[in-house]
Amino acid sequence: MSMLSIFNVSGSAVSAQSQRLNVVASNLANADTVAGPDGQAYKARQVVFRTLPLAEAGEAPTAAGVEVSQITEDPSAGRRVLDPKHPQADADGYVTYSNVNAVEEMVNMISASRSYQNNIEVMNTAKTLLLKTLQMGQS
Amino acid sequence: MLDRLTNSLDFQTQALVLRSERQRLIASNIANADTPGYQARDMDFAAALREATGAATPAQALSATQAGHLSPAAGARGEAGLKYATPSQTNLDSNSVDMDRERAAFADNAVHYEATLRFINGGVRTLLSAITGQ
Repeated sequence: MSMLSIFNVSGSAVSAQSQRLNVVASNLANADTVAGPDGQAYKARQVVFRTLPLAEAGEAPTAAGVEVSQITEDPSAGRRVLDPKHPQADADGYVTYSNVNAVEEMVNMISASRSYQNNIEVMNTAKTLLLKTLQMGQS
Repeated sequence: MLDRLTNSLDFQTQALVLRSERQRLIASNIANADTPGYQARDMDFAAALREATGAATPAQALSATQAGHLSPAAGARGEAGLKYATPSQTNLDSNSVDMDRERAAFADNAVHYEATLRFINGGVRTLLSAITGQ
């Protein structure tokens, strides 16, 4: 039943995209964070996708799912704002904010949500077709 | 006897199997739309169906250099029938999935799958009414 593996393929994609959405949410939530628990400003995180070959037992892999291979941190320096009255200001009076780019994150969010929708629709179509296949020869 | 009864359904059966395989391929492409470096793949359906029904020999047929070598049965098919899609627009992460094309191909393939199913159902109904003799 090669159609059944569509659920594995799209399911892995949906789970990867939701992880991406999760990372975007934490980036956006921390867009204005000054310092984390470790005393360092928050660094934006990004997921890295990788193709996950899915094969039925004893067959060459023809279906390709997705997995999150790693989550990277953006090493660039955080945004520095001059605000000597801020309690977290350094000796020069600068406050270091996180290096999250809100515009990039919003674009990332829209892209993740579209991909999520696409994969759900793929699963719905596959389900409809499979149910119709089950009724083959009846009616 | 039964074999001859269901012979007429064989072609549609092969087509249905290929359609479901293609559906899985396109689902893989859609799933990997955001994976860096992924190359979209698709099959030449007409050629694959010709190979599966034995109307054409597989592109990479086994070479028979000795008299005793077996030749593949009709319907044997090489996995290499898959082709890589040419990207219509360049992409920085060298991902060649074109979502518009994949969605169109997915919908097209779903409709064809359903059409094939209906052909099979029609064939079965014809056989049934022949058997019941009404």
